[in-house]
Amino acid sequence: MDTILKFLGSDHRACDDLFASAEAAAAQKNWDSARTLFDQFQAAMAHHLSMEETVLFPAFEARTGMREGPTQVMRMEHEQMRGLIQDMAGAFAAGDRNACLGLSETLNMLMQQHNLKEENMLYPMSDQVLSNSRDDLIRSMQAVA
Amino acid sequence: MSTQAGLSFEQAPPFSLPLQFFLTAPLFLLVAALLIVMDPASLASRWTPQALALTHALTLGFLAMAMLGALMQMLPVVAGSPLPMPRAVAWFTQAPLVLGTLSLMMGFLSAGPLAFGIAIVLLGIGFAVFLAAATVSLVRATGNVTVWGMRLAVLSLGLTFTLGLALALMRAGVWIAPARAATLAAHLAFGLLGWVLLLVVGVAFQVVPMFQITPPYPPLLGRWLTPGLFVLLLMHAAAPGLPPRLGVLVEAGLAAGILLFAVATLRVQARRRRKLPDVTLDFWRLGMASLIASVTVWIVAQFSPTWADSDAYPLLLAMLFIGGFAVSVVNGMLYKIVPFLAWFHLQAQLQARAGSIPTMKDMIAEDRTRWQFRFHLAACGLLAVGLFWPLLARGGGLMLALSALLLAFNLLSAVRQFFRHGGRFT
Repeated sequence: MDTILKFLGSDHRACDDLFASAEAAAAQKNWDSARTLFDQFQAAMAHHLSMEETVLFPAFEARTGMREGPTQVMRMEHEQMRGLIQDMAGAFAAGDRNACLGLSETLNMLMQQHNLKEENMLYPMSDQVLSNSRDDLIRSMQAVA
Repeated sequence: MSTQAGLSFEQAPPFSLPLQFFLTAPLFLLVAALLIVMDPASLASRWTPQALALTHALTLGFLAMAMLGALMQMLPVVAGSPLPMPRAVAWFTQAPLVLGTLSLMMGFLSAGPLAFGIAIVLLGIGFAVFLAAATVSLVRATGNVTVWGMRLAVLSLGLTFTLGLALALMRAGVWIAPARAATLAAHLAFGLLGWVLLLVVGVAFQVVPMFQITPPYPPLLGRWLTPGLFVLLLMHAAAPGLPPRLGVLVEAGLAAGILLFAVATLRVQARRRRKLPDVTLDFWRLGMASLIASVTVWIVAQFSPTWADSDAYPLLLAMLFIGGFAVSVVNGMLYKIVPFLAWFHLQAQLQARAGSIPTMKDMIAEDRTRWQFRFHLAACGLLAVGLFWPLLARGGGLMLALSALLLAFNLLSAVRQFFRHGGRFT
């Protein structure tokens, strides 16, 4: 079975892909397709954040005893992302190209530096400390609605 | 991988710390430009006092200043390992670096032993503090391709400084070292191809894919390029003791590594998912084109002894590498890092709903970044051509001055937005 790094890392790539498609459609003011793609991106992000917050982070915290550590920083950045995504939803609905692109540039930087921290540190650490229950954890994450 | 390393990853250092480096850097670009404008003839040879002062304004005042600030910011993100005592490190690095660089420039311009002496002490303090802190952080860090690039770059910085120290002691008349030419060659190689290039390469492996959402670099390149270049640099430093034929082979290996990196970067960027206009992308492409041009200039010198012995050859090589490659890439990075940090710290401080604060794109007006790129491009072009047609050099200097001023103005406008919306330095 996959490692946590591979499983969640490839989910990052999938989210990035939807993000780039939605942004490109908004840049071309192709609003019908932009809104559809943005909805897919928003759903994919919600799913990804929820897999981490309801399955991975609690398991990591329980195993390491660190509740105020790295997972806390990750949760804070998740909130920052949710704020930007919510504003983007408004900008996509209104068909406001400049607002979309200003928010998307900001979200991209926030998301990418966040992904680097997870893929360089948190996921490899999780693979290490949770190696016994890794397969079960991935199954639980796949089952998240 | 040590579990301990990742445990300390925490929020970025306070905004004011990297920012003090980023805001000082353009001032040295301006100083360099003014040296050219006041006396374009100083570019007649690499050995004129003005050319030496100018080079160090660019490498220490602009490049090292911005790169140390960026390292401070990036270590927690890519290595999970912040600098220890960031506040003290920032102050004991930045202020000595500013004053030490100015003293060094004075030393070159006035040939005064006292100025060299002051520069040695100040730069010694600044680099010793930063290198010690970076060593602690990089030893603790989780190893990945970028961390290895950073480790070798920081090691090269230490070597560059040590060799520079020996050269400055000679200038100050304190010490007559043997093998002055070899020391100088190694100082140059470790400074430009070690510290500057290895750091850019290591960082590029992670940030180029992230800015434009591109495919990753080929993994083999990521694994072998920085250690390979570093080994070649060590051999290059030992070259005076090796057969000349081997020396040329080592240089050819370095040139091939540079070419590989530039071509690979242009290739992944061509396959980017985000196709929107982006000034940072333009700066990077100019940087990669300049790397390719500098390798071409080097190749020509291998076949034309007249060109290799001319005064213009080393100057053109330096201009393409320092101005066209390094300054461009760092300048482009500043346009991502500074607006992002302004947004990030503002959001975190105010716990603001995202819509109530400016986005990254509102931090710096896009058309002004575009104009700054044009001034920079014009400066690079005019200064390169100016080596053969000196009339153009002053125009190149003026363009560089405009570019430096507009860069400072643009970065300050992000800081102004930060304060206007209620941000504060903590």
